Order: sequence, then C-alpha cells, then structure tokens
Amino acid sequence: MTQYDKLIKDLAPQKFGLRGKIWIGFLLVVILAALYAYYQQLNKGLIITGMRDYALWGVYISNFVFFVAISLVGSLVTAILRLSGVKWSTPLTRISEVIAVAAIIMAGLTIIIDMGRPDRIYYIFLHGRLQSPIIWDVLVITTYLLISILLLYYPLLPDFAILKKHFHNKPKLSKWYGKLSLKWSGTKKQTRIYNSSIKTLSVLIIPVAFGIHTVTAWLFATTYRPGWDSTNFGPYFIAGAFVAGAGAVVVIMFVLRKIYHLENYITDLHFDKMGKLLVMLCLVYLYFNVNEYLIPAYKSTNEESAHLVELFFGSYAPLFWTVIIGGLIVPVIALVFPKGRKPVPLFIIALLVVLGAWWKRYIIVTPTLLHPFLPIQGVPESWRHYFPTAFEWTITFGTLASALLIMTLLFRYLPIIPIHETAEERGILEHDKTETL
Amino acid sequence: MQENNKKSRRKFFEIGIKFGLLASIGTVAVAKAFEDEENSGMVELMSTDGHIMQVPASEVHDMVHIKQDGYDPRVGFPDKKFVMVVDLAKCKNALKCQESCNKNHYITGENAWLKVYKMQESEKTAPYFMPTLCQHCDKPPCVKVCPVDATFKRQDGIVLIDNERCIGCRFCMAACPYSTRVFNWNEPDQPEAAHSGTYTPDHTGKPSVKGTVDKCDFCPHKIDMGELPHCVTACPNDVYSFGDIYEDAVTNGSGQTFKLSALLKERSGHRLLEGLGTEPSVYYLPPTERLVEFEEGMENYTEFQSVKKTEE
Repeated sequence: MTQYDKLIKDLAPQKFGLRGKIWIGFLLVVILAALYAYYQQLNKGLIITGMRDYALWGVYISNFVFFVAISLVGSLVTAILRLSGVKWSTPLTRISEVIAVAAIIMAGLTIIIDMGRPDRIYYIFLHGRLQSPIIWDVLVITTYLLISILLLYYPLLPDFAILKKHFHNKPKLSKWYGKLSLKWSGTKKQTRIYNSSIKTLSVLIIPVAFGIHTVTAWLFATTYRPGWDSTNFGPYFIAGAFVAGAGAVVVIMFVLRKIYHLENYITDLHFDKMGKLLVMLCLVYLYFNVNEYLIPAYKSTNEESAHLVELFFGSYAPLFWTVIIGGLIVPVIALVFPKGRKPVPLFIIALLVVLGAWWKRYIIVTPTLLHPFLPIQGVPESWRHYFPTAFEWTITFGTLASALLIMTLLFRYLPIIPIHETAEERGILEHDKTETL
Repeated sequence: MQENNKKSRRKFFEIGIKFGLLASIGTVAVAKAFEDEENSGMVELMSTDGHIMQVPASEVHDMVHIKQDGYDPRVGFPDKKFVMVVDLAKCKNALKCQESCNKNHYITGENAWLKVYKMQESEKTAPYFMPTLCQHCDKPPCVKVCPVDATFKRQDGIVLIDNERCIGCRFCMAACPYSTRVFNWNEPDQPEAAHSGTYTPDHTGKPSVKGTVDKCDFCPHKIDMGELPHCVTACPNDVYSFGDIYEDAVTNGSGQTFKLSALLKERSGHRLLEGLGTEPSVYYLPPTERLVEFEEGMENYTEFQSVKKTEE
C-alpha cells in the first residue's frame, strides 16, 4: 500500500460503529424530548418557562449567545491561523468549520425558540427596521452562516473527488461525492480558483465573525441596563467567544482522535499548540473581565453596585466565582505547564472551559434584568428571581444535542482531516497519484 | 363645584372637555363644562363603572369623535401632543387609577401597566407614592430597538404597540428603563368584552394576545371621544392631569384645567430618569407639602400584587 492509499484509508469517512449508533440514539432521544417541550411551549406560551416581566430573557438567550460564541472558532482556526501562515492548524480546520456551521445553525434556531410569536418570524423580513440591533444580528448571522458553509465546502472539493474514487465499489455514495466535488480534477485553473476563493473567504469571514459577536453583544449594550450598558461589551464578547471556541475544538478533536484513531494526524503537538493558544485567549478574556467588573465596582453607582453585589456576594456568587476561577484562572495555571497541555489533561481543562463559557453567558444575561431602575413591586415575589424550569432545560439540552447531531453527521460523511491538504503538505500527492493512476 | 366648572371652562379638545358619562350605545356623551342650568329635562345614562344615573338632558351632546377621515392609529391625532402631569403631593395610594386601568384594559396578568411604587430615595428622605405608567417618551428606547415596527411613536406623542405585528422578542422590555412593559406569557383569560369590536392599537388590551407585549396606551380611545384617560378620571385625589402640550393645558379628573408651563414652573416639575435622554411625556410634581400622611397609603399597599384576581 502506498503512502497515499494509506492516507485515504485513514481519513476517508467511516460507518458508525455500535458506539456511534448509541450516541446518535441518545441525541435523538434528547431532541425528541425537547421537541415535546417546545410543543408544550407553543401551546401554553412562554409561561412554562421561568421567565417573567422582569427576568424577561433567560437561558434561551444565554444559550443563543453561547452558540454564537462557539461559532467564532471557525474564523479563528480556519481564517486567522491560516492567514497568519500557521501550518500546524491544517488538521483542525475542518473540525472547527464543522463546529462553526453547527453552532451558527443552532444559534439561529435558538433565537426562534425564545420568540413569543415564532409564527411571525417572517415579519423580520417583511417589516424589518434597520434601527434594530436584532435586524443587524439577522443580517450578519445569515452572512456568517453562508460564508462558513462555503469555507467548509470549498476545501472539501478535492476531498470529494478523492472520495468519489475511493468509494468506487459503493456506487451510490461515490455518485454523491462525485456530484459534490463539482467535477474537481485538480487542473491548474481549478487550483487557482480554489486557492484564491478560500483565501478571499478567509479574509471575508474575519470581519463578519467579529460582526456577529459584536452585534450579539450590542443586543445587550444598546440598552440602559446596569451590567450591560458597557462600551467594553463587543471586544469582551469576542474575547470570550474565542475562549469558548478554542475549548470546543480541543474537546472535539480529542474525542474524534480517540474514536477514529487519528493519532498520526492530530498529534500531541496539536494539543500543545492549542493549549498555548487557549492560555493566551483566556488571559485576554480575563483582562476584559477585569475591565468589565472592576471599573463599575470602583465607581459603585447604585444601579451597578446592586448588580455587582449580587454577582460577587449574592445568590449568583457561587456560580460567578466558579466560572471565573474554574473556567478561566485554573485553566490558565494548568496550561502554563507542558504537562497540562498533554491530550488528556488538556481535554479535561477544555471541558471545564466550555462548561464555564456556557455558564458565563448565563451570568451575563440573567442577573442584570433583575436590577431595573425602578424597584420591583406589584408582582409576585417569585418574579424577583429566575431559574430555568424543567421545560427550559429540556429545550436547551435539545438545542445542544442538535448541534452535536449536526456535527456527528457531518463528521460521518466528511473527512475529518482534510485529505488533499494533508497530502499536499506531506508532499505525497503528485508522486503517488501518478503511481496509482 | 359649579363655580369650579365655570372657572375651568375652556376649549380643551376640539369639542371641549367632555368627561365621565357615556351612553351605553356610545352615541351621546356628556359635557362637564356646561352653562345652561335652566333646562331640567332628565335622561338616564350609564356611567363607565356601570352605574345608572339621571343627568339633565341639556348636558347631553351628540358624540363627536376627534378622529377624522383617514385616521390611522399609527399616525395618531393631528395637531396634538399629549402630556400628563402626576402630582406626587396628592397621591395617597388609593389605587383607583390602577383598578380602573386594569378593568378598562381587561388586564388579567399579574403585572399592572399602571403601578404605584412606594419610593424612598434615601434613608433620611421622606417616602412617597409614585404612580408610573408608560412614559410615552419622545425618544423611546423601546421603539428604537423593535425589529418589526410593532411598537411605534405617533405624531401626537403616543407610543403604541400593534399586537398583530409584535413577534414577542421582548427587546423593547429590555430597552425600557421604566419597566412599564408587560408580556402575555400565556393566553390571557380576558372577559368577553375584550374581544368585541375590531382590533386597533388605540385600545390596548382589547384583546391582549399571547406571546406579545402590552403596556399603557394613554387611552387614545378615550381621547377620541373627548375624554380623559381612565386613570385620570378614576383618581379621587386629582393626582393626574392630562392634556395637550400645544395648548399648554392639562385637565385633572375634577375637570380643573391648568396652564401646563406655569404648573411645571411653580411646582418644579421633573421627569423620570431625565439623564437617560428618553424625554418622557409624563411630568412629575414633587411630593412636597402633602396633605395626606404617607402611612395612610400603606393600608392599600401590596408589594406582591398589582392586579386583583377577579372573585368569581
């Protein structure tokens, strides 16, 4: 077997094993439960959530912000690293693009879940007003989704051509890969268009990626609410998004490497590099956190301090400090040491980072609304607190499971590691190709 | 009383100050400001709170709508700019305003649109009651953020919600610094009356719709008939005055009319959270030289309730 054949054999999509089927079954069960809960919500209204007139946004919105945050990793790994000439990131590009596409699709769906009248969703296009940050969000998210899909798809063209040949004994599959490859044959002209398209998209996606999360931050920052009323919010959200996204890439690359035995492609070096990247991202995010909390705390206006006291010492304190310490400070300390950047410890830390990132959004979204300018009076006592109900949790887990399902299915049919690019980088493509032809 | 009415007689809306009583068919209304006492023929009328009463026929006029041809609830009344003055010195938390508002807007949720807050700025300053409703800002942050033009500001200064347009994103509620917006979290359990007639944003709550936002509408449906908003007429203490900023006049529930600019000047009027730049249409007069004890109002104060459950 030539090197080239081995490469394809290693990297061609594989059928689900038993574990894969159980995993899919599990995700489907969670999604079905969520669909049932959502059906209830459609029937009875948002009354089945823990939200009320003061805590008017809850876990749906924080989960939405989480999805948008995670999706930014596509631009980080595929665009920023690619453009800065980093070579080691090639095997991670597809993983991060798949994460980005799955996350941004679910971000779009999650925001619909929060709507009181999802049946009127098309009003956004029919009656959209450009003054509203929601319209900015809709525009920029659809643009980002489109560019992300293209950025996932273009680098796949040569891989699809390779897979078409590889699966020649499975005509149906082969036919599909052939269609998707858009008659890729690797001619000079095709290669030129291919390279320049990817480069253009990589450049394009960076401002759009910054756009989606900045606009998402503005959904909050454009209000007067203490805790949201901050000019720091855009960069603060972006810094946090890169942390969440890098964490997600580490978690998923670890799992995929284990299941598909990709140790030759996703090496310890990749974990080491991602670990270092994560330290840097966490430190940048910590810096923004210091800005976000220290300055209002220093000034301690009445509104701000009511909010901050609740976070630092009140009912949100355990969550707040766990997220800051467990999700940011501990990872930084652990990852500074080379041992911490070995696959297993890094995987555990990255899991902490992703979990922390999820709860961090919850802390950003929910407590603020409970500290309005006028006192909370004339409403039931329970309206002064917010915690998601079982329905909300079920639906939220359903969205997370859906994102994982999209990723699982994409990883089932797409080569996880870009075959063409890897072969090119290892210099085994041309030579072996002529040999096998 | 008669003296009072005579004194306050002035052209307020195009048809003069009409107030209080409305025939059940809604075709005749009573002008409070009247001169003619000689005519002693009496008519039976039903008041807005359901009482049958005898009224001199001379007080009954043909109903005149100030709505003109081509009236658009999104544009509002021409050549008007509505304003409200809330006199904090007079408020003793009688809550009649809230009761009337809840009833006439068929509010069935747990959060009234008009709330009377128990306020105290700091430990050593005096507590007082502060009624709040939608401030109908000239620079409304809620309207700015609405993605579908469901909430809008009219030329007459009123901010309304079209609940056939609202998508229920609740961004307006997050944007409103006065917490006056209310969401229909479930299917509103409203009386049949709420579903009569065709829907118009001019009468919010008729009906309320699940999954959309509601709030105080400044009662354009009352203004149209030359009447004052429900809260204004229901208040037994003349806390509220309502009027037109172009006419520089506001009228309270007893029918007394004041020069708006003079009132605000003499009593040092202010608006809520002025620093935010929202430019509300509701002015507040400070709670100075109060005739009522704050403690008296505490009898009515319910911290956790603003909409009374209907006893059926």
